[in-house]
Amino acid sequence: MADLLELLRCEVISGSNQLDGFEPTGFFAADLMSDVLAFAHPGNVLLTGLTSLQAVHAADVAELPAIVFVDGKRPKDDVREKAERRGIPLLATRFDMFEACGRLYEAGHVAGRKP
Amino acid sequence: MSPDVLYRESFAVEGNDFEHGGNVATAIKATLRELGIASGAIRRLSIANFEAEMNVIMYARRAEFVFTITPELISVVVADEGPGIPDIDWAMQEGHSTATPEMRERGFGAGLGLPNIRKNSDEFAIESIVGSGTTLRYAVRLDQGA
Repeated sequence: MADLLELLRCEVISGSNQLDGFEPTGFFAADLMSDVLAFAHPGNVLLTGLTSLQAVHAADVAELPAIVFVDGKRPKDDVREKAERRGIPLLATRFDMFEACGRLYEAGHVAGRKP
Repeated sequence: MSPDVLYRESFAVEGNDFEHGGNVATAIKATLRELGIASGAIRRLSIANFEAEMNVIMYARRAEFVFTITPELISVVVADEGPGIPDIDWAMQEGHSTATPEMRERGFGAGLGLPNIRKNSDEFAIESIVGSGTTLRYAVRLDQGA
């Protein structure tokens, strides 16, 4: 997780106390929540440009333990509060989706999907 | 209530209520966790519930969700009042959608909802009457381990 914060120069929006000792199973990137529900695997960190409540609900039902918002996007307060109640830390990176994924991939984080 | 029903609860969902879209799926998930249901079954059912809930919000006027737990199954019936689906075979194919741009901004409306529900359930049935509404029934078996 320290790796993720450094690679993407993440700002922690909320849930910093939930990041200790947290190890993602991989990463999944999408703006389409139906794709998240269909293809992400439990334990994947979600990278998305979607900052609506539905991103938090999708992470919650698909068992994704953290969300990274790309492009410097920030969610509204009600979204942040919902994520805090659900125990899902929210992070933000200034990198766009392509570069955020590229940085993780280059560092050896391969797919979030099972082979 | 028949003797093998262990738990039953119902929820109302209003059409166009994007603000609360996902609340029913997460409420049911919390209940299933408290009841000690296997995590794999919870995840599959929750995914199906979230897609079904968003479908109601996007397309119907309102719906009632009824979920029932028996020793073998968690089953959900979503009966909506809405426009109905003229061609179910068409709607069941991935990528087929009548969504608006607002729906797509919410991360839905790509024509994956009904296929996702079928994929994440062990039993699936859909009936629709054009001009009246759609009833979706799906269930996840509890005998599959996690």
